[in-house]
Amino acid sequence: MNARLDVIKTCKLFIGGAFPRTESGRSRPVLDGKDRVIAHVCVASRKDMRNAVEAARKAAPGWMDATAYLRGQILYRMAEMLEGRCDEFASAISSTTGVTPAKARREVEASIDRLVRFAGWADKYQQILGCQNPVAGPYYNFTVPQPTGITGVLAPTSPSLLALVTLVAGPMCAGCPVIAVASDSTPLPAVLFSEICATSDVPAGVVNILTGQRSELLEPMSRHREIAALLGANLSPSQRTSVQEAAADNLKRVHLVKHSDAQWEDDSLVASPWNIQPFVESKTIWHPSST
Amino acid sequence: MKPIAPDTHEHDASPTGEWDYSPAPERTPVKIEESHGLFINGTMRAPKSRKRFDTINPATEQVLSSIAEAGAKDVDDAVQAAKAAQGPWARLKPSERAKYLYRIARRMQERSRELAVLETMDGGKPIKESRDVDLPLAAQHFFYHAGWADKLEYAFPGRNPKPLGVCGQIIPWNFPLLMAAWKLAPALACGNTCVLKPAETTSLTALKLAEILQEVDLPPGVVNIVTGAGDTGAALAEHPDVRKVAFTGSTEVGKILARSVAGSNKKLTLELGGKSPNIVFADAAIDQAVEGIVSSIWFNQGHVCCAGSRLFVEESIVDEVVDKLRHRMQSLRVGDPLDKNTDVGAINSAGQLETIERYVDAGEHEGAIMHEVNNQPLPTKGYWHRPCFFTGVQPSHLIAREEIFGPVLSVMTFRTPEEAISRANNTPYGLAAGIWTNTGSKIFEIARKLDAGVIWCNTYNTFDAASPFGGFKESGFGREGGRHGLQSYVKF
Repeated sequence: MNARLDVIKTCKLFIGGAFPRTESGRSRPVLDGKDRVIAHVCVASRKDMRNAVEAARKAAPGWMDATAYLRGQILYRMAEMLEGRCDEFASAISSTTGVTPAKARREVEASIDRLVRFAGWADKYQQILGCQNPVAGPYYNFTVPQPTGITGVLAPTSPSLLALVTLVAGPMCAGCPVIAVASDSTPLPAVLFSEICATSDVPAGVVNILTGQRSELLEPMSRHREIAALLGANLSPSQRTSVQEAAADNLKRVHLVKHSDAQWEDDSLVASPWNIQPFVESKTIWHPSST
Repeated sequence: MKPIAPDTHEHDASPTGEWDYSPAPERTPVKIEESHGLFINGTMRAPKSRKRFDTINPATEQVLSSIAEAGAKDVDDAVQAAKAAQGPWARLKPSERAKYLYRIARRMQERSRELAVLETMDGGKPIKESRDVDLPLAAQHFFYHAGWADKLEYAFPGRNPKPLGVCGQIIPWNFPLLMAAWKLAPALACGNTCVLKPAETTSLTALKLAEILQEVDLPPGVVNIVTGAGDTGAALAEHPDVRKVAFTGSTEVGKILARSVAGSNKKLTLELGGKSPNIVFADAAIDQAVEGIVSSIWFNQGHVCCAGSRLFVEESIVDEVVDKLRHRMQSLRVGDPLDKNTDVGAINSAGQLETIERYVDAGEHEGAIMHEVNNQPLPTKGYWHRPCFFTGVQPSHLIAREEIFGPVLSVMTFRTPEEAISRANNTPYGLAAGIWTNTGSKIFEIARKLDAGVIWCNTYNTFDAASPFGGFKESGFGREGGRHGLQSYVKF
């Protein structure tokens, strides 16, 4: 027996920049590869979802109005903080998801690089997605992207960190506050990632992360009228249908993707302006150009 | 509708003075078949449903033609024709595909007067507007998109755009031919084939367009036109071989469609309703702003999804703006849509007239004050509603919240730019907005903060094939026009 007892971290939700327990008081164990309990995570409720939306709503005006340069620097700061905790993340991934330590380390490195890539996009996608329009008349006419609003993210089981980071960074880059639901079965990297957000100058409420059951949180997320967009990965056919049906209530922009583990490593597939575009609205502005 | 006491304001004499306009009817003859079939696989044929309905001229209530009502079997035939045509159409050399669209644009220009007259007869809009707005824009839409057909790889950096397949496209009655062009041109340019369903009150110009498609030798099945009402549209949207549903119409129907395609992997774009704010600041050029208000709400009888139906005027100038608006409104000529002097034509249908009257009654019932054109009698036959505006409107009033889709304006006031922005954005809609001020920095700040897909600054209701159009929030998603509109018709 060890001379010293380990101090085990209590895993909590991440809402509005704080780490509250779920209001439901529920938690469940996270097991390692040998079925040993290595942590407990919160099982968030629909009330926690509503609290997260409220936090995101408070954060929305500031984040949507932040300069593109600032959003880029904050995404870059997240990469810096993740780099510093590379070992801890790699160990959390390999101990709870069954991937080898070497592969887990590569996933953390890919996640860091993914954040750097989106940091760079923050002040560039506007020039790719926007344009001036050659209308047939005496008008100056141009189209600019603006953030859609609060975005709900449904992360897949695998790759547990890289997919979550990718799905959160795209809408963030677009200027949208995010509420992410971690994977049911591999939530530990998401819990650690909330600590990265908390220490990277991400304004409170811009990123909110809930652990729990996708089946329970899917409905309140896709039906909530203050959520403007949804980004989900690897949903089952019945989940796709129920999300799209519920989202019709307020015409949420629903963007559902299905990728293999290898595809999550492909920057051109998952980290291009076309991964930011679903979370912006194109605004076209006309002004007469006569004297 | 209740009779309205004549307004006694000093400006209320007709600004045209003692003399009156002589009639100036547009006389270009149009041949209208007594009955129409469905346009499927390049030919006109009778509906298997054996059902028909009449289309009337809303200005005279006279029957213009008998229209086929496509049933599920007809819709299936149209979709199968489109499906069979899609592969060869997509494999056609893109520059050749472009040439078909250029041909369509040219034939529309050549036949534009005839099409304009038909549009006005079937829909009730003034000939001035169908001739000078609908037709030129519809032709431009084909011409603009023709050129994209062989350049799509430049529209989406880093991506390889592919056609979606068969597009089911459902369009409204307010700009019938123009909406057909908005739907068909980008879909065809991107290599898709189409089944188009016109609105049931305005099928004739789409069917005339089918003649043009035959004239330009468009391959059979590339465009199919199925006429009918909501059931026809539902059969089209729900057809399993349709890969893309594009709809322009009400938010209510848009949500029903969004639910009906849930889980189907169909791509969906929606251009829905609006209750667009038009904001006039004290430092605006007032006379120009008044002209802008006129075109924002009385263009096309107010049957415009982006109509500026909520007018916000800075409190210090509200009396001046309302005076000038009342004066200007009296100069609007309401009546025969085929008369070249007509400014406001017929309401599209009896049903829409009822809707408008219900809102106007609600406005008066809730305590707002109505002002309307009162200088001329309305025709005895047909569906008519005088252009009007309400003052004393509270934000909670029905007429300030819901889309009326008629020539009815709600006038409200504000004191600060912040108040104007928050009240303008306080709606589930987000289609368009107007800003009137001569301060450049204010324009950009307000334009940035308004939640709307189209912002008209010191102008209103201007359109162009190169300019993306579409809404924020519950006004729908996807864009039509410009490079952005192409994305609705490709997959990566």
